[in-house]
Amino acid sequence: MGSLLRTGVVLACGVMVAGAVLYLVRHGGERESYALFHGEPAALESIRGILREGRAGDARGIIQFGVLAIIATPVLRVAFAVYGFARQKQWLFVGISLTVLGLLAFGLFDRR
Amino acid sequence: MNNLFFSGAVFAGSLVAGFVGSLTGLGGGVVIVPLLTIAFGVNMRYAIGASLISVIATSSGAAAAYVREGYSNVRIGMLLEIATSIGALTGAAVAAFVPTAGLAILLGVVLFGSVFAPSHKEDVPEPEPADPESLGARIGLNASYPGPNGETPYRVRRLPLGFGLMGVAGLLSGLLGIGSGAVKVLALDLAMGLPFKVSTTTSNFMIGVTAAASAGVYLHRGYIDPGLAMPVTLGVAAGSLAGAKLLVTAPSRKLRMLFRGVILALAVEMIYNGWTGRI
Repeated sequence: MGSLLRTGVVLACGVMVAGAVLYLVRHGGERESYALFHGEPAALESIRGILREGRAGDARGIIQFGVLAIIATPVLRVAFAVYGFARQKQWLFVGISLTVLGLLAFGLFDRR
Repeated sequence: MNNLFFSGAVFAGSLVAGFVGSLTGLGGGVVIVPLLTIAFGVNMRYAIGASLISVIATSSGAAAAYVREGYSNVRIGMLLEIATSIGALTGAAVAAFVPTAGLAILLGVVLFGSVFAPSHKEDVPEPEPADPESLGARIGLNASYPGPNGETPYRVRRLPLGFGLMGVAGLLSGLLGIGSGAVKVLALDLAMGLPFKVSTTTSNFMIGVTAAASAGVYLHRGYIDPGLAMPVTLGVAAGSLAGAKLLVTAPSRKLRMLFRGVILALAVEMIYNGWTGRI
């Protein structure tokens, strides 16, 4: 279990590095300004969009996919806990973990 | 500066933040937002988004080791996570309507708090045994951990208070993009009476889940920019890893004092910037 979490983070970071290399090679000379807030392109704000952009080879899409993978690691951790509690027949905690999973899903649910 | 230089500089800064944060145990998360906004002029919304992702990465990476050693109490963590997640979702939802100046001041106050927070006193006498009919006992949260004299049992007390404190921890995490580890440890250790090692390790694994709750909201609102999140996350992760490996040599008091001094300076800066509307 513990190594699963760490592997997940390492893999996600790996994806981010790959995307980062692409990003810097293609856009390293440009100047992205972060001083003013103007949101992100809609494609990078939804899970569906990120998957699409990533598959298309867009550098920022690939990085964002890595970001998504990072967010997913604790979610998977909770899902694993549900399974673990179920195996021990601790039904109260199965319910509790499922509740947490539901809250997480609510936050991640694509709005569009 | 162009993207390459910017990414490199942010990566370097995050590396230092993660390194010193893990060495001193004060956390790199709280320093990232001030670092980005003050040193790099990054808009606070983007800074909070990037910081949040780095918090998840560090938490998941660190929690891995502790779960294996049997210290963290997953049952308590999961139960309290209901409170923390609701707090985080609320904080994230509300954050959009809070002006960044307000968030800056709030972060400054939290930074102050993290420096002067009460820490665990090792020589606290053993409190009277918890009421066996307490809520914590009835749900089955009492457990044991590998203590210095073998498997040591412990009890959970004041669960409702812990719940409330965890809600606050989640709220702060969702509003400011921090891990709120200090508040969580406070709740587990001082409020609910768990052994220190259990509190810190359980808090560690909870931090990532809490941050993930608000991260989803931030993602959909466009607060998370990949070009920024990338150097921050990679830097903090690498820095924390390096710090953890070097932890065999205990951090000198001087280093701790220095880091606390830096955090204090950042706290003042954040409050000042927020007050004068510069952020």
